[in-house]
Amino acid sequence: MATTPIPVGRRCQIPLSTILRKISELFLSLFVNRLINFYRVDIRKELEKRILVLDGAMGTMIQRYGLTEDDFRGEVFKNSKIDLKGNNDLLCLTRPDIIQEIHEHYLEVGADIIETNTFSGTTIAQTDYHTQDCVYELNKAAAEIARKAADKYTAQNPDKPRFVAGAMGPTNKTASLSPDVSDPGYRAVTFDELASAFKEQARGLMDGGADVLLCETIIDTLNAKAAIYGILELFEEKETELPIMISGTITDASGRTLSGQTVEAFLISLSHAPLLSIGLNCALGAKQLRPYVKSLSEHSPYFISAYPNAGLPNEFGEYDQGPEAMANEIRSYLDDKLVNILGGCCGTTPDHIKEMAELAQNYSPRTLNEEVAA
Amino acid sequence: MKPLPLKLSGLEPLIITPDSNFVNVGERTNVTGSKRFLNLIKSQDYQTALEVALDQVRGGAQILDVNMDEGMLDSAKEMTTFLNLIASEPDIARIPIMVDSSKWEVIVAGLKTIQGKGVVNSISLKDGEEEFLRRAKIVKRFGAAVISMAFDEDGQADNLERRKEICERSYKLLTEKVGFDPSDIILDPNIFPVATGMDEHRRNALDYFLAAKWIREHLPGAHIIGGVSNVSFSFRGNNPVREAMHSAFLYHAIQHGMDMGIVNPTQLEVYDEIPKELLERVEDVLLDRREDATERLLEIADNYRDSGEKKEKETEAWRSGTVEERLSHALIKGITDHIEADTEEARLKYQSPLTVIEGPLMDGMNIVGDLFGAGKMFLPQVVKSARVMKQSVAYLTPFLEEEKKKNPSTKERAKVLLATVKGDVHDIGKNIVGVVLACNNFDIVDLGVMVPVDRILDEAVNQKVDIIGLSGLITPSLDEMVGVAREMQKRQMKTPLLIGGATTSRIHTAVKIDPNYESSVVHVLDASKSVTICSELLKESGKDAFVNSVKGEYKTLREDHERRTGSKKLLPIDKANANQTRIDWDKANIHKPNFTGTKVFEDVDLKELKDFIDWSPFFKTWMLTGKYPAILEDEIVGEQARELFSDATEMLNEIIAGKLLKAKSVIGIYPANSYGNDVIIFQDDSRTDQKAKFHFLRQQSEKRSNQPNSSLSDYIAPWDTARKDYMGFFAVTSGLGIETLLKEYEAKHDDYKSIMVKALADRLAEAHAEYMHHKVRTKLWGYSKDENFDNEDLIAEKYTGIRPAPGYPACPDHTEKRTLFDLLEVEKNTGISLTDSYAMYPASSVSGFYFSNPQSRYFGVGKIDKDQVIKYADRKGTTVEEIEKWLAPNLGYQPKN
Repeated sequence: MATTPIPVGRRCQIPLSTILRKISELFLSLFVNRLINFYRVDIRKELEKRILVLDGAMGTMIQRYGLTEDDFRGEVFKNSKIDLKGNNDLLCLTRPDIIQEIHEHYLEVGADIIETNTFSGTTIAQTDYHTQDCVYELNKAAAEIARKAADKYTAQNPDKPRFVAGAMGPTNKTASLSPDVSDPGYRAVTFDELASAFKEQARGLMDGGADVLLCETIIDTLNAKAAIYGILELFEEKETELPIMISGTITDASGRTLSGQTVEAFLISLSHAPLLSIGLNCALGAKQLRPYVKSLSEHSPYFISAYPNAGLPNEFGEYDQGPEAMANEIRSYLDDKLVNILGGCCGTTPDHIKEMAELAQNYSPRTLNEEVAA
Repeated sequence: MKPLPLKLSGLEPLIITPDSNFVNVGERTNVTGSKRFLNLIKSQDYQTALEVALDQVRGGAQILDVNMDEGMLDSAKEMTTFLNLIASEPDIARIPIMVDSSKWEVIVAGLKTIQGKGVVNSISLKDGEEEFLRRAKIVKRFGAAVISMAFDEDGQADNLERRKEICERSYKLLTEKVGFDPSDIILDPNIFPVATGMDEHRRNALDYFLAAKWIREHLPGAHIIGGVSNVSFSFRGNNPVREAMHSAFLYHAIQHGMDMGIVNPTQLEVYDEIPKELLERVEDVLLDRREDATERLLEIADNYRDSGEKKEKETEAWRSGTVEERLSHALIKGITDHIEADTEEARLKYQSPLTVIEGPLMDGMNIVGDLFGAGKMFLPQVVKSARVMKQSVAYLTPFLEEEKKKNPSTKERAKVLLATVKGDVHDIGKNIVGVVLACNNFDIVDLGVMVPVDRILDEAVNQKVDIIGLSGLITPSLDEMVGVAREMQKRQMKTPLLIGGATTSRIHTAVKIDPNYESSVVHVLDASKSVTICSELLKESGKDAFVNSVKGEYKTLREDHERRTGSKKLLPIDKANANQTRIDWDKANIHKPNFTGTKVFEDVDLKELKDFIDWSPFFKTWMLTGKYPAILEDEIVGEQARELFSDATEMLNEIIAGKLLKAKSVIGIYPANSYGNDVIIFQDDSRTDQKAKFHFLRQQSEKRSNQPNSSLSDYIAPWDTARKDYMGFFAVTSGLGIETLLKEYEAKHDDYKSIMVKALADRLAEAHAEYMHHKVRTKLWGYSKDENFDNEDLIAEKYTGIRPAPGYPACPDHTEKRTLFDLLEVEKNTGISLTDSYAMYPASSVSGFYFSNPQSRYFGVGKIDKDQVIKYADRKGTTVEEIEKWLAPNLGYQPKN
């Protein structure tokens, strides 16, 4: 929000057009803030009323389009010296039509929250493709696409408002683990690099109209702390806040994150942020994830989210758990009132989300745990 | 009001509730408080520094205070380095970190490295309110709790009123202006010394107590901390009085509301055990109860200076228990004295030898297994328990045979086959696994060492084993294990395969072995894990879940590995060569050896070797972690370590006195010049006849600036410098004659002694290498004749020059051993031989190179790229495939096949 007074009168050297633009910016930002505040209240209220359903996998859906290198390059990156195929986030700039279509598939089957296509949208992750310079535009565009899709469905049925979660992946580097076994003190990325990369991503997502920021698939809690650090700095600069959703990843049956934390330690380490929800996603199927969601649910004062994979990968690395089978495993989450937000990660499709949305309708959400203070 | 819970985390949560006991903050990893730790950091001995941290955790610290404030240190950098290293030690990183510094930038550096919720120690109003608020806000953004010291613009609070005033002001600023959760605030109302003789110090302890009480009543939620050892500052040198003061101080402070303390737990007396008279006078001082309190404490203080030790006599009370109790006691304590008599008594009572084994003996062993699993018993104790078990079973065996004849359908126990693979002779670890499994009711089929794949698999089929376990220590064994897995797949076997041994790893198992065998392959980290893994694998139901989860885990590891190796950058070999160690050969001072050629030492006196033993690895063999001699005083394993050490010394003395082992060595020093990455060895100083050629590898990973890409060839003057340089060689053994001893112990079913003698022979071999190196430096070569180091310095490698061994990180190619053996005629001169995989036999042997250049350092070659492998193969005159086979663990790329 602009705070500098605008000079008026004859001595004013600033052209009228600039003044008008400033005024409109001021109003716009006031308006956007209102809107955001409106939604923020709204998503909390919605969460108290019902279980919200998050969308499913983006990558799995993109694969179905059988896109070529040219689709990924589009006009913007046609001169790239390296192959861009596989850098899914770029499609927000080069094939926005496809991304919006995928969002709408999920909204159509009942998803309440859709995630922007920005899992790798940080300067750190994009460096591999030499596309780190367009990170802000990419995130902003991604949020705008999702915004458009969500608003379309909210307009169709205002009783079921839809939300946009700005997705922030873990990046491909870890701040508390050394990639070099023989040099355990080495770090491939610093806290400061991560904080500023996440801040840049969050700025794009906020400016593009995301309702919440979702730090997901957290394998190293220090990365997430850096994300929060960057986001809080951004909030201070912008004098406005969005709710933050946190979702960690339990890598295996040890019940710990890749960086070694138990679920409860993970929760404690991130509780300084103004969290809307905390939860778990990826790596495990619904069945294997359940005990950890349960533990989180018992200790957390925040809303709980869970979006597991479609089972465990088969021997070819494919996720082949069907929608009904997954919904069957999810049912016990609902029976025991473990969650407020449900969705799917790797291998899940609109069919999975449809089953889940239908199932969730029949259940009431987990009530907030008043006894455990943050 | 009672405090709200303070929630902290490392890898695991620490929740401090009103019901928690007093929280103990480990304070030995503090350079201002521990001279030893300071020296470790100064000398960059991070490995030992980490052990200090680990000792703290093992000793019961719930939070680890780390402080690097010292003028000569780059404190922020050291904080980052050390905390990064801690992050890779799960046993330490388990607990929350307290980032301790008086410098703000050091605190920030620390906060940037911890993934958990730690504590900042500390901030204060010393630099004014604005700075206080700025810092507090940043601490909050990092998600840490904060210690706020009673210190403001006017100085430290030194009376009750000031303590209250500053604590209240800090608390209000933190909660109202920064939005701190009150439970994340830890107030430090300053502990200052008492009994200093100065009147103004008389109320120091009492004011702290009263301030604590006031905080508890007026500043809801806040926690209270203090550095306890300050209080007894005036009694430095009198530990019993200091310890009494600390305990009494804590006792009262906790009652007044203190709930966290920075205190060395070894400096605490049990409050109830403080002598009455001393306690009364200490409390007079602390509570300022008498005018003459200080004088009265000083009066008696000297009487309490370390007052001798009290040793209780072992009672034989346990002999009066029932036979079951006696057996169980003997098993747990590892006492063999009465085992045959007790076994016989049990046999008569139970009427069947099998019932004795399955009944009282197994009950006892189950207790041992449980205690071991829970970390309450240590490996040497378990091996002693096994010895008792074995002797008892040996006594029962004839009766068992008889019973079997009468009743042939007795149920068999699960069978585990163990073998050290072909080409490898190391078996201490394998034997330990065997003992631990046997203790847990597994039947062990031990095929010994150097077992070819066909024999392993044929025996497995013939003996109908349930699990196959492979062991190996040298790197070529890794490949051998891959071969076993392939062969098992070919034979379509289903038997689970366990992988263990010092060079094996989870990642190697996942990437190289697991994909070759469809049935389960599990890496076993150490003996303590073997029982759970075997039990999981043999469960009637639920074993599939375990097998699948391991398979899944390995798959993820493989994928991660592929991703990582794909992204890891290696320098082209030409660039790496260009960045070699810079040595100014024109100026280098090369010492001409006092002798050149080969020298054999027929019978080295073991007594002399004894002083060169590095004991720390000996304890590690027995899975007791810690450095010698500190380990003997360790709070947790100390008692065990002392007992083990006394057994070891006893056996060692027997060996020396009876000359039961023989030590032999050969060394050589020859003219040498480097040529590229090779080193050429000449017959004599005319340097005309080449006698041998050694091939070295160069590091190819990208280095930070000023760091060379090292190769051992860097340390020898290049041919074109025309400098006359030299290189040394050695092969030593201390294991000649060990078979006789082993046979004797095996006949007595004494695994304890059998493992012990091997571990000792290994230590003697290392000591032998150390001893010869010393001799070479000071006499035979004589480049360092005035050095004067004690054994600790030798262990810390403070001397000039290095003695790297082929097959180890600086020169990972085992096949170079062949050239070394030919050069020194090692087989003929010492009786050490090489196996197919270039392992030395007897196992307790060491061979390697001597480099005398002062710039020579130990390093690891690490990953190398194909361009170097191609050139290396060419230099050695062999094929790329052959090199790839021997250097498999070092390849930074995926070789074909």
